[in-house]
Amino acid sequence: MAEAPTAVAFPERRRGNPMLRKLLRNKNVVAGSTIISFLLIVAAIGPWITPMDPYRQDIWERYAAPRGLIVEGQLNAQFILGADELGRDVLSRLIIGARVSLMVGFVATSISLLFGVVLGAVSGYVGGWVDNLIMRLMDVILALPGILLAIAIVAALGPNIVNAMMAIAVVRIPQIARVVRSDVLAIREEEFVEAVKALGQNQVIVLFKHILMNAWAPTLVIATLGMGTAIVAEAALSFLGLGAQPPQISWGRMLSVGREAIRSAPHVTLYPGLAITVVVLGFSLLGDGLRDVFDRRLQDS
Amino acid sequence: MLQYVLRRLVSLVAILFGVSILVFLLVHLAPGDPVRIMLGEEATQIDIDRLNRLYGFDQPLPVQYLRWINNALQGDLGLSIRQQLPVAQLVSERMPATIELAMWSLAIAIGVGIPLGVLSAVRRNTWIDLGSMFAALVGVAAPNFWVGLILLSQLALHVAWLPIGGRGPSFGDAMVALVTRFDGLVLWDHVRYALLPALALGTSIMALITRLTRSSLLEVLGRDYVRTARAKGLKGLTVVYGHALKNALLPVVTVVGVQFGYLLGGSIVIEVVFSWPGVGRLIVNAISQRDFPVVQGSVLMLAVVFAFVNLLVDLSYSLLNPRIRYG
Repeated sequence: MAEAPTAVAFPERRRGNPMLRKLLRNKNVVAGSTIISFLLIVAAIGPWITPMDPYRQDIWERYAAPRGLIVEGQLNAQFILGADELGRDVLSRLIIGARVSLMVGFVATSISLLFGVVLGAVSGYVGGWVDNLIMRLMDVILALPGILLAIAIVAALGPNIVNAMMAIAVVRIPQIARVVRSDVLAIREEEFVEAVKALGQNQVIVLFKHILMNAWAPTLVIATLGMGTAIVAEAALSFLGLGAQPPQISWGRMLSVGREAIRSAPHVTLYPGLAITVVVLGFSLLGDGLRDVFDRRLQDS
Repeated sequence: MLQYVLRRLVSLVAILFGVSILVFLLVHLAPGDPVRIMLGEEATQIDIDRLNRLYGFDQPLPVQYLRWINNALQGDLGLSIRQQLPVAQLVSERMPATIELAMWSLAIAIGVGIPLGVLSAVRRNTWIDLGSMFAALVGVAAPNFWVGLILLSQLALHVAWLPIGGRGPSFGDAMVALVTRFDGLVLWDHVRYALLPALALGTSIMALITRLTRSSLLEVLGRDYVRTARAKGLKGLTVVYGHALKNALLPVVTVVGVQFGYLLGGSIVIEVVFSWPGVGRLIVNAISQRDFPVVQGSVLMLAVVFAFVNLLVDLSYSLLNPRIRYG
């Protein structure tokens, strides 16, 4: 398209990806992705920006109250958000803790996406007893409240962060599988699928290339919203001592330690919880926004 | 309708059967010999063998499962390794506390969420609306156990009549005292213990209900029949409460139903925070003590309650909304 006078005559024709423009016009998408980008950057450069060594203990500063950014007119780097039960800097630990939370969110969601998409796609496409078997299996997983099943799995496999991620992933599979399945069921009947099949295309390629490529939007929405759920689940497991283990820093663990001194040092529990809330808020805003942009059908669910 | 109920019951039984296998396998996948852990380092092999025989741990897994499920169907969930008490007794003592907590959470969530949502919709785009929508946004995102910790540190530790944990008299006892002896103090005692944990557990649902009530009511207020009612000269509030709200609440009811089951799961962590003697705390304690029969039995019982709650919720839709018919 040349830069012809027509471009002046029709000013509404802007350059750029129309989808991207649609996304950028959605307030929720912008707010959510701003929050998440900020946290991702913090997590990525975390070790270089912590104001103090997050592992250094200082017996004299146990439960030190937050000192803020300015102390006596000078910029302060020490215990900006106070210290925990071993005199470690809360802000530095929050920054490093962001890594565990986001990692668990991404890894658990990726695993559940992998299994959920494959199981849902096969279930919807193949149908019959395969569909029945897979969906009944999903029903069994859904028959337990998610956090309860996650706790039971971690209890069985042993309490550590890897098992916690596995457990969270397993719990999240059925929801994704169901969404993918219903989409595959709908798309399977469309004419272009008939056409590809009539051309003699391999069934596996029909499913994974042609059908799934048209079913990604609702899955993306569910996965984004699921990130928040996964992060809260990790915090809950770590809070119960079933997730991250010392010396690993996790927001959930910080909460459980802070609980011991909730009377004298409420700041130790305040900030990690606030951090979790902000992450979850970011992902749910983004998820809601994506749903509005991509998929009107999902709005009621 | 009857046919639908029967079909649901059959599939419910099948799913619970699957759950029982899952729970059993999970517990038996666990590394570490529970008997050895229980007896400690100095235990002799003879003692270990004897206890293994006593609990049936020396049998092959399928035999152990069949024995367990057969007993479970007769109400026997085995013996707690740690407390030497029947698991069924431990669970049934604590289940009412868990259900009670979930009910209170739901009551608070509905009691606050619906009026707040209505207020937001009626006073649209005022600071009341913006404030409650912001609160609802944060409320959905905040982990319930953190809300609990904040309530503990900001309220329970400063307000004399709010206990920092534990459970008062049960709701049933409180009602009996109120009705037979006109004694309201027992009920008060019950409420002050339940208040904070229920509030913490109910926050996210409260927030969800507020948002849904607002959006649903706004949608209904735009419909023709509402305009007709206004045109007849009815007062604003009569239109909202008499005409619009009833229809606006249908989606809210659906969400409340779906969420109630999840309150049972969410209560696990809340029970730990507030030392609430429910099934959740029983499970968490049993896990740390490697008391497998208790973990097995209580997870199974929670699944049973969860399943029946979900079934009841589904069935109640048709009562609330005559447009839904089950074939």
